[in-house]
Amino acid sequence: MADAWRRTARRNRLAVLAVAALAAAMLAAVLAPWLPLLDPDAVDTPNRLRPPLTSGHALGTDEFGRDLLARLVWGARVSLAAGVASAAAAMLVGVTLGILGGFYTGWVETVVMRLTDILMAFPYVLLAIAIVAGLGPGLRNAMVAIAIVGFPLYTRLVRGVVLSLREREFVEAARALGASDAVILGRHVLPHLLSPVIVAFSLDVGAKILATAGLSFLGLGTQPPTADWGSMLATGRQFVILSPHVVLLPGLAIFVIVLALNLVGDAVRDVLDPRAATR
Amino acid sequence: MRRYLARRLLLLVPVLAGVSVIIFMVLHLSPGDPAEIMLGTQATKEDLARLRADLGLNEPLHAQYLKWIGHVVRGDLGRSLWMKRPVLAEVLTRFKATLLLTVTALLLSSAVGVALGVAAATRPNSLLDRLSATASLFGASMPSFWLGIVLMVVFALQLGWLPASGMYAPHGGGDLSDLLAHLVLPAVTLAAASVTIVARLTRSAMLDTLGQDYVRTARAKGVREGGVVLRHALRNALVPIVTVIGVQVGYLLGGAVLTETVFAWPGVGTLMVQGILARDFPLVQGCVLVVALSFVLVNLAVDLLYAWLDPRIRYE
Repeated sequence: MADAWRRTARRNRLAVLAVAALAAAMLAAVLAPWLPLLDPDAVDTPNRLRPPLTSGHALGTDEFGRDLLARLVWGARVSLAAGVASAAAAMLVGVTLGILGGFYTGWVETVVMRLTDILMAFPYVLLAIAIVAGLGPGLRNAMVAIAIVGFPLYTRLVRGVVLSLREREFVEAARALGASDAVILGRHVLPHLLSPVIVAFSLDVGAKILATAGLSFLGLGTQPPTADWGSMLATGRQFVILSPHVVLLPGLAIFVIVLALNLVGDAVRDVLDPRAATR
Repeated sequence: MRRYLARRLLLLVPVLAGVSVIIFMVLHLSPGDPAEIMLGTQATKEDLARLRADLGLNEPLHAQYLKWIGHVVRGDLGRSLWMKRPVLAEVLTRFKATLLLTVTALLLSSAVGVALGVAAATRPNSLLDRLSATASLFGASMPSFWLGIVLMVVFALQLGWLPASGMYAPHGGGDLSDLLAHLVLPAVTLAAASVTIVARLTRSAMLDTLGQDYVRTARAKGVREGGVVLRHALRNALVPIVTVIGVQVGYLLGGAVLTETVFAWPGVGTLMVQGILARDFPLVQGCVLVVALSFVLVNLAVDLLYAWLDPRIRYE
């Protein structure tokens, strides 16, 4: 495995670069309170909409004169955490239901599969918006909505794998030896799920960051004064003609991070699932 | 084919029932009293009591659902609290604009995506192939609303080639050319990510079929390369391509909400967001219902298309 990682790293310099970019972004997000940044919420109207490279404001200021670099770094905390947390929640729920739906036939399977069918009968973003409508706008509710909309993907994936594992000889052998369901699932089924789930998760975090940013852009995610990259983009939109940087920078931040996540996800897939490697 | 159609139509019933339950639950998800949420903190006790009675909130949940669904199947989606008009008429008017936008984006992404994918598959590792691989990575990573704003700034505000927002010019517009000019930027924005997905999938499906024996046979028979690619390879690669295009419909219908907001396109998406911010639950329910229903029907159409493209599917 270590060899495979090294080979991938050698062949895929872009993925190495992506890992570095992600590490830097995460480090900045985690260390934001200790970094020498200006207060991200300090209003300074005389210095509003300053372009990048203004002295004292490396990336310029927004419509209230707030420092954009500080806001981007603090926004990264919200955007990255929201993406990872909602993808993780979707994964936990989805994998659990997928194992149940694949391992137990009968009503459990029926309930699980009908539920995912129905959730998948909605356009993804639309259902998330509808759920936020019910729960009320706000970052936490937006994350809950995205996790609910996102779990059927994992359920389908895991159920497919579990269905095929259930019939394999080693599972039958374990059962013949008197192993309980918990032992069969934990010792014989779960290890086989690890790599497809890791691959799906690594590609999913980027999608979840895009989705949270989208909801925030619509005004349904983070509420002011807290900002994530999506809401920064939304409020900057009115000033785009005179000061395009207030829109371009948060958008660029989302783009670079999601691109890096996708590159890393592709590399992870190449290592863990060589058959699916891009031709 | 007729039996297959009947079975597929029958399968719609539980899905539609589930969809309606979920949409109904949206109103009842909220931890507080929906009447209080809708009317805000300023409402008097009498107002609250009246709205609760209007919405039937005093009845048990299953009774409320049955009453609601009874109205829905008769085409009564209730009245918008904010616009004071029947929801159905308003949603349908706006849905036409959404449909125009999504269908245009779908045609754009299918045509361009399939063409790009075929071109990339017939010349693997060429410049075009590598460019389309990069573009697909970018497409999957770029927030569509950001792309929309960038396109708007460049093509509408800087160059002035196209209108920046809306569906018709406020003065002197209203004809087809005006509509088409307004449609270009939103449709391109919405289609951008889909184009790259369709192109990547078409490429890999085409690479599969181009390696098949019947393609070699066709070439050996002396069929011209264009005929080999289109009639023998593409025809057989269509099932996965149709699948991915079907998936794109859902993506486009959802993504339309963001694109409409960027370009102030008067569709269901902008209506729904306004409805949410105004706490207008009947309106939001109506929007979700109409869009979800159309998505379910599109999925049905895609399934029927498979069965037509690949007769083996009918007998499974």
